[in-house]
Amino acid sequence: MSVVPNMPKSWREETKPHKFCPGCGHGLVLKALGEAIDELAIQEKVVFGCDIGCSLLSWDFFNCDSVQTHHGRTTPVVTGVKRARPDRICIAYMGDGGGYAIGAQHLVNAAARNERITAILVNNCNYGMTGGQMAPTTLPGMKTQTSPYGRDTDSMGYPTQGPEMVAAIAREGAYVARGTVANVRQLKRYIKSALQNQIDGNGFSFVEALSGCPTNWSTNAQKTWEFIEKEMPQYFKVGEIKTPGKKGE
Amino acid sequence: MLEKPIGGEKRVFMTGNEVVAWAALAAEADIMYGYPITPQNEVMHYWTRLAPKYGRSFLQTEDEISAGFTTCGGVLSGKRAFTATAGPGNILMQESMTMAEMMRIPTVLVVQQRGGPSTATVIYSQQEVTMTCFGGNGEGLRIVYSTCSHQELYDYTIKAFNVAWKYRFPVFVLGDGYQAKMRESLKMYDPATKGIKMVETQPSLGLAGVPGVDREPSHLRNTYNTEEELCEVVTNLVKEYNKVVPEVVEYETFETEVAEIVLLGHGIVTRAAQAAVKTLREQGIKVGHFRPITIHPFAADELRAICKHAKKLIVIESAQGQFERIVKEAIYGESVPMESYFKPGQGVTGEEIVEYVKKGL
Amino acid sequence: MSNAVKLALAGEGGQGVQSVAGILVEAANDEGREALYIPNFGVEQRGGVSVAFCQISDERIGSPKFKFADLVIALSDRAVRRTKQYVDENTVFIYDSSVEGVEDDLPQKAKKILAIPALDIAKKELHPRVFNVIVMGAAIAVTKIVDMEQAKSALEKKLGYKFEQDPKLRELNFKALKKGVELVEGKV
Repeated sequence: MSVVPNMPKSWREETKPHKFCPGCGHGLVLKALGEAIDELAIQEKVVFGCDIGCSLLSWDFFNCDSVQTHHGRTTPVVTGVKRARPDRICIAYMGDGGGYAIGAQHLVNAAARNERITAILVNNCNYGMTGGQMAPTTLPGMKTQTSPYGRDTDSMGYPTQGPEMVAAIAREGAYVARGTVANVRQLKRYIKSALQNQIDGNGFSFVEALSGCPTNWSTNAQKTWEFIEKEMPQYFKVGEIKTPGKKGE
Repeated sequence: MLEKPIGGEKRVFMTGNEVVAWAALAAEADIMYGYPITPQNEVMHYWTRLAPKYGRSFLQTEDEISAGFTTCGGVLSGKRAFTATAGPGNILMQESMTMAEMMRIPTVLVVQQRGGPSTATVIYSQQEVTMTCFGGNGEGLRIVYSTCSHQELYDYTIKAFNVAWKYRFPVFVLGDGYQAKMRESLKMYDPATKGIKMVETQPSLGLAGVPGVDREPSHLRNTYNTEEELCEVVTNLVKEYNKVVPEVVEYETFETEVAEIVLLGHGIVTRAAQAAVKTLREQGIKVGHFRPITIHPFAADELRAICKHAKKLIVIESAQGQFERIVKEAIYGESVPMESYFKPGQGVTGEEIVEYVKKGL
Repeated sequence: MSNAVKLALAGEGGQGVQSVAGILVEAANDEGREALYIPNFGVEQRGGVSVAFCQISDERIGSPKFKFADLVIALSDRAVRRTKQYVDENTVFIYDSSVEGVEDDLPQKAKKILAIPALDIAKKELHPRVFNVIVMGAAIAVTKIVDMEQAKSALEKKLGYKFEQDPKLRELNFKALKKGVELVEGKV
């Protein structure tokens, strides 16, 4: 008999094992989120929205009311719920393509309006579900299906620094951080702070999680972790970027 | 820099998305704009690998709204620009395509239909017919080719550029997920060896000379002040479109001359219908098949002629009546009975058509 | 319907059914025949049963998918359950004898149902890597869609660069192909 791993209480056991690829970081981010929900005892209040892209595979992940939206449109759907039901804890879960490309306008405007929602964005440097195309977060020189000769910053720009962008727009009371699946404890702390910020009614909260995509990176476990731990933080600084009561840098 | 992507003619075996990329190269397309969506992705994958070798360009945009409008920008600059998409991406491109209709911007858009509504499936459907033919807040002033094979994907992608630039209406190549992902043989060729001359492109913006001094400036608009003004503009657009219709309309018939039952199907469904006709004819059942190639505009007169002697029409499609609506409008007033065989978002095989026809005898 | 030979190959991701299908249709195409191949695909990049639908004919092929196959090969329990819908009284149904717990899931009215020990032979006599080539040999022996020489040259075309590095690999693959033929010869 294999040992059943310790699952967060808010996870839905019937839908495990989950549908993400072996080695995918989504499972870790969702574990951190599940534990944060447990510790804050907000399971019955949570409304979970997920995007299209690999994040859509989380649509039945929790024992929480959940809604799959359209590619890029999770932020507005969840905003709509929060405006109609301010007593709910509303979470928008998305990937880097959904948040920084097709849904960037929504992220920017939700932050500008200081919507009392929590957006969690998983950054794995590519579009995973569609087979590994270049994303706003693809690192310079990195090869993808649509940058087969490597991302050329001259014609394709530099990786989007999402939390920094959101922090620059967000109003006082917002919480913005970047964590990584390489440090799940810290990531959980950030997610918990983000949710607490919504509970307190302070303002918008946003956490980016650095994550891996061994399927489309074509990397083994060791290379995947090296990339997450060494390459990604060179462009994406891990830490809290804006917290309520403190001015953003 | 390599000159010609394809010299002469050669038989190849590949996926439909790869075919589209090669056809666009052969058609001397200058630039592709695009955004990832299944089942269209590999058009971009092959284009990004091939394009730099032939001095062509690519831009991955932030979404399909942008991909559609950047395509308009490319075309306005006199470049053979195109994009490719599917499903929810096609929805987002409708905004830019209405601009193309209004301003006569000859864009080329390849659609690989997937299931709908919403995100639905990434696999296959014929549920993007209404949107591709009539999407947006306009009058459907566009030309839509519904292809059925890799050979046609190749032929009509090339043709799409020429028809677009000759008549200055947006042109769509309507494929589907099956055509996108399957592999089969076709003959690729250099259009010149078939006597196909690529229609010259014309910039609308960025022309030579000082505007207001050497030439009139380009002042392009899509906004009008009065009802009367707009009505006149649209009426003229429709008039010009209707003039083009007889020159672009295409269709095929299979044994319709002495058919009692006529199967109507477009796109990849025609393959199942053709196979069914063959089997049923062998069994002595008088069945024929009519297939529009331009699903919009539609060969209405030709179908009407068939209605005069047919005893029954059967509309077959992988959607819930989107094609049937086009057919009904085209043959309004005819009295031939009509049946439907709808499988929204699912493929249709020859076997099941045979079964359906025989059940109704 | 048409005279196309229809083939559905199904297995778990990594069992190599799509590569076998790819090599088979490539071989048929090289013979100048018409071939059509479509993999199943969905939203998940990994996971799920992988199915390859192939048709090979002397004339133009109809719809890319079909109702019933001439041959179905299923390499896992999930693949058996997924593909039995493509079986009618004219279908040869082959599954790997290592697949357990499918007794109640086997198709009811196949022309012939055959369990072959392809995985076992690959592991014990050849190499686990050539499991799918054994399957390919079996598929060719049942359907005669391409001749054996053509199949070999298609393998050569696909894996030639690896064969160059290690000629033993060529021998191993050709042996696997032959083994696949032997597993079904005289049984269907």
